Amino acid sequence: MEQPSTFSRAINEIMDTCMLAGQIMLQSGAETYRVEDTMTRIAVASGMPGAHSYVTPTAIMFSTTGAESARLVRIDERTTDLHKIAQVNDISRRISSGELTATEAYTLLKVIEAGPQEYTPWMKMIAAALASGCFTIMFQGSWYDFLPSVIAGFFGYTTMLYLHKWVQVKFFAELSAAFCIGLLASIFTEFHIGRELDKIIIGSVMPLVPGLLITNAIRDLMAGHLVSGISKGADALLTAFAIGAGVAIILTFM
Amino acid sequence: MLAQLITSFIASVGFGIIFNAPRRSLLQCGIAGMLGWMVYVLLYTHIDPIAATLIATFIVGGISQIFARIYKTPIIIFSVAGVIPLVPGGLAYNSMRNFVENDYAAATALAAQAAMLSGSIALGLVLSEVFNQMIRRAAR
Repeated sequence: MEQPSTFSRAINEIMDTCMLAGQIMLQSGAETYRVEDTMTRIAVASGMPGAHSYVTPTAIMFSTTGAESARLVRIDERTTDLHKIAQVNDISRRISSGELTATEAYTLLKVIEAGPQEYTPWMKMIAAALASGCFTIMFQGSWYDFLPSVIAGFFGYTTMLYLHKWVQVKFFAELSAAFCIGLLASIFTEFHIGRELDKIIIGSVMPLVPGLLITNAIRDLMAGHLVSGISKGADALLTAFAIGAGVAIILTFM
Repeated sequence: MLAQLITSFIASVGFGIIFNAPRRSLLQCGIAGMLGWMVYVLLYTHIDPIAATLIATFIVGGISQIFARIYKTPIIIFSVAGVIPLVPGGLAYNSMRNFVENDYAAATALAAQAAMLSGSIALGLVLSEVFNQMIRRAAR
């Protein structure tokens, strides 16, 4: 068995770093063009100018012009974690400026990958609840409906957060969350705790809106990444449809 | 008006938290959202809501570019939270409500309007990106 040369081992390490950086970014919900850009930047800064990467929302392909075989990683789960995107971005900057080598960066990336999310689920639930109340006011609702929206938004977001972990069917969590919000809102208006059903529902549904997907879809299309842009757009559209369907179930019985 | 400013700030920061934005950029997320919403609220009584949304998103995009430059972070951190208040949630809801009530004429009209507004959000972001690139090229 022939020992791999130090040269090819070095190339392998650089490729590992590129793949890991790309993987973390894509899983955290970065735009695909940014993922490709980061990967090629790291490769160029590490002395591999001929590297190519092709990224879709579900897979990363990466190849160098050398004798090494191309790599492929399948991405199954995507969340939204802007903090990790910013961290990886920072590391790629430091590699480009020569502050870090690819091997050092790899250990740092491993730490980022295993790192916890920036906020605990509780903080997110409270943030979603407050945002729901605020949206009701922004959409010309009365202050009377503030508290009902906060409560409906809290339970709606909590439903989505936990169903995502338990049920592996996509869009089901959003549908149930919207259903939960509609149910709570109609109970509130029925017992005269809230005044306007519409305003409460609109406000509390907002935290479920796939905002990042929509913006990313647009930015990917702008960058000429048609496949990613369209598939993200379809994802956003289906999520919006699931939310609409969840509320519609309640409205049919009103 | 003050209530609108405060609520839009809190809503944008809330979205920053939901999307796991870095802690030190939450304030900027709130400012981007607040300014965008303020522009929209000031304009939409005078001009078409579609044009108002376009201008508001353009401004959110511009602010996000500046923040991204200053804090050396990816632009989406700021633009996502800033654009959220402008998403036509109310229209989409009313459109769906009409669909459920079998009033398809009203429903499609509202849906078309919601689609137009979403399109203008997209266009606003694109325009601010183009504008930014033009400035960068001119500065070089």
